[in-house]
Amino acid sequence: MSLYQIKTMLLISDSLGIMRRYFVVNGFDGALTTLGLIMGFYVSDRVDLLVVITSCLAAALALGMSGISSAYISETAERRRNLAKLEEAMLTSLDESNHARSVIWIPWLVALVNGIAPLSIAMIIIFPLWLGYRGALAGLQPLPTAAGVALVIIFLLGVFLGRVGGTFWLWSGLQSLLVALLTMGLIYLVG
Amino acid sequence: MVSVKRLVLDVLKPHQPNALEFAHSIASLAKDYRVDIQVQEVDENTETLLVVIEGEQLDFERISSTITENGASLHSIDEVSVVGE
Repeated sequence: MSLYQIKTMLLISDSLGIMRRYFVVNGFDGALTTLGLIMGFYVSDRVDLLVVITSCLAAALALGMSGISSAYISETAERRRNLAKLEEAMLTSLDESNHARSVIWIPWLVALVNGIAPLSIAMIIIFPLWLGYRGALAGLQPLPTAAGVALVIIFLLGVFLGRVGGTFWLWSGLQSLLVALLTMGLIYLVG
Repeated sequence: MVSVKRLVLDVLKPHQPNALEFAHSIASLAKDYRVDIQVQEVDENTETLLVVIEGEQLDFERISSTITENGASLHSIDEVSVVGE
């Protein structure tokens, strides 16, 4: 499959916007879930760092798998339905068209974005924990450092959303940050 | 040797790709292809086009498969200009 065909399929299926939305929504999920786990371990006190890393990694993988499978199933169903409607309007089969090809390939692309977003963001947040485990964090506390990284990522996702939506970037970044701080506060109260 | 110099086609296509992208994909088949498109009717899901293609030697098979690849269907060939050499 050529790059031109992929570009055409993305264009006719109007998928770039959907992928951008999925990236932010599921990326936010990944960041907030990992932050929640880290916060939970922080308030529990004296939890082995390896347990924290394993738990966060398992949650990241689960989010990734959930993102891939859910997006694939829903996107395939939605696109099949749209193709059937289009074939009905065209009064012909579109089997040989890029529209039919996009029903096969675009759900995979969207699913990958949906799965990779939370997985990769969670991995970035876990990275300071791993550095702490290896003793390479230069005196910093692993859990607060990882929580700090998560807050920065959540703020940046908000900034990205603000730029996409054409609103003031700092405001949307702070809104996302507020949600994260509220979550941290709730977990602190529970713990 | 016979060369097809001009074709006027009646084509039904979905809204995507739009007329500009559709014309682009046909014109990119050869360097000397000139494509003019007139949108004649717009429906909820489809649009009817009058596609005029000109060139030194039009390859109808490739044009037809490009139309199909773009999800469109060729309804009729309304005009042809063919030169015997």
